[in-house]
Amino acid sequence: MTAIAEQPQTTYSVLVGMEVHAQLLTNTKMFCRCSTDYQGDPPNTHTCPVCLGLPGALPVMNRAAIEATIRTGIALNCEISETAVFARKNYNYPDLPKGYQISQYELPQCRNGWLDIELTDGSTKRIRIHRAHLEEDTGKNTHSGNYTLVDLNRAGMPLLEIVTEADIESPEEAYAFLTKLRAILRYLGVNSGDMEKGALRCEPNISVWTAEQKARSEYGTKVEVKNLNSLRAVRGAIAYEAERQAEVLGDGGVIQQVNMGWDEVNQRTVLQRSKESSEDYRYFPEPDLPPVVVSPEWVEKLAATLPELPDSKRQRYENSWGLRPIDAETLSGEQLVADYFEAAVVTYGTDDGKPQRMANWISGELFRLIYADGEGQDLRQISELKIGPEQLAGLVALVDEKVINANTAKKVLEKMYISGEDAQKIVEREGLAMVSDTGVIDEAVAAIFAANPDELGRYRGGEVRLFGFFMGQVMRATKGKADPGAAKERLQELLDNA
Amino acid sequence: MKLSIEEVRHVAELAKLELSDDEINHYALQLSAILDYAEQIQGVDTSSVPPTPYVLPLSNVMRDDELGECLPNEAAVANAADAKNGYFRVRAIFEE
Repeated sequence: MTAIAEQPQTTYSVLVGMEVHAQLLTNTKMFCRCSTDYQGDPPNTHTCPVCLGLPGALPVMNRAAIEATIRTGIALNCEISETAVFARKNYNYPDLPKGYQISQYELPQCRNGWLDIELTDGSTKRIRIHRAHLEEDTGKNTHSGNYTLVDLNRAGMPLLEIVTEADIESPEEAYAFLTKLRAILRYLGVNSGDMEKGALRCEPNISVWTAEQKARSEYGTKVEVKNLNSLRAVRGAIAYEAERQAEVLGDGGVIQQVNMGWDEVNQRTVLQRSKESSEDYRYFPEPDLPPVVVSPEWVEKLAATLPELPDSKRQRYENSWGLRPIDAETLSGEQLVADYFEAAVVTYGTDDGKPQRMANWISGELFRLIYADGEGQDLRQISELKIGPEQLAGLVALVDEKVINANTAKKVLEKMYISGEDAQKIVEREGLAMVSDTGVIDEAVAAIFAANPDELGRYRGGEVRLFGFFMGQVMRATKGKADPGAAKERLQELLDNA
Repeated sequence: MKLSIEEVRHVAELAKLELSDDEINHYALQLSAILDYAEQIQGVDTSSVPPTPYVLPLSNVMRDDELGECLPNEAAVANAADAKNGYFRVRAIFEE
């Protein structure tokens, strides 16, 4: 737990429950056959009588969305409901032309799950999942002067809502939870994880309490923050809101139950103008959609389609391949990165610390090149690189075999990154193979000694730190191709044998 | 069953209907009569019938995730009270 504000007598700590909305990666909308691929398209070009809410249009469930929800529920250790029921949540708002949103209410698809997160001190904390249910997304309103413009392309997108218990006790825990949840959703292939595009949206419910209130389970008033479009924004909003609430209470004020937005520029929460008055949703079962009945066999069949999830990969990298925890986490967090790493290790080998060496090349040099690429800095680009994992394995093997040294290898990697050629080919064509031939090194050393008689004298007079100077000269004379081990050994011999 | 004036006002507000006092009184009587009519069903003994919102004994009515036709934009907004640049246009939602 994090202490967030020290008042003269009172310290408040923060408590957060999270609502996450994830657009499911289906081809068609939840209840109609309109395409979900609407990003960037003109308004109201992905609609039909069902998602426009025209009278008499009848919804039919998308099986893929139901299955994606069940698969997510399994991955989040949820109980899968035998019977799930869609209800109408009635309210008037132009982004919902029917006048109600169809959403699982009393009988959600998934309940009572959990997700373990790793804390910075190395311990693990369990965040309970209250429920995960399916609903439809709404349209998009654009406010302009006296009017509001409505685009219903998004209306009816399948939306998975995941609700946690209020188990999150710091901005960092929220960050860790969302990072892991996003990784799992991507691994499952049910969500793109793109928060910037609104495909994954997080709404923390934030309250603060004192140790005494906590002991009495006396919850503070919740403030919900909406429109957070990055993990950093979620972390920032929780930190800010926790401090603000502690300050208000410390000054003897009361917390209003309100919705806030996040001001990215000024890094603070701002009061949102509220929707219209009455929030009487008058839920009732959607009579046009018969219940979803899920047999144990169906669950079993779907469970068998789950990929190995990030936690399991991380543990395998550590336990079987001896990776450092930090590298295991980095390489397992994104499935495409993990796929690349594993393919490279399969070619390169698992013995003798090889997976860790490969991890160093990927999380060091390769990530650096991807980030330097300027194409939005997304590690998922790793799957589209010109240099495949087998080729990277080939490069690192050349270093092991002392054909090239590590510095040359970095340069070769840059060329491979651009051209997609094999390392061997570049090394041969450009004559980059390492010089370990003592004849060549001897020749270089003799020339250096002749050109630097002062330094040689000083070294032999006891100024041994000049060794670095000579070593640099040798590398330069051999255009960086000298085998550093062999060159160092030979240089030492020649310096000492005056 | 008599609906109160307040209940009718509340329902009208939720339905976005602006009603005069006369109309409220008028609909309070009408709606009460409808409810009375429907109330007759309360007299039926349903103690041995499980409650259901569905009239057909169906479950898992689903479709495959296959694309269908969407309406062209002109058709989508054709019946809108107001439209602009392909958007539906409504009065500003936020009024202060």
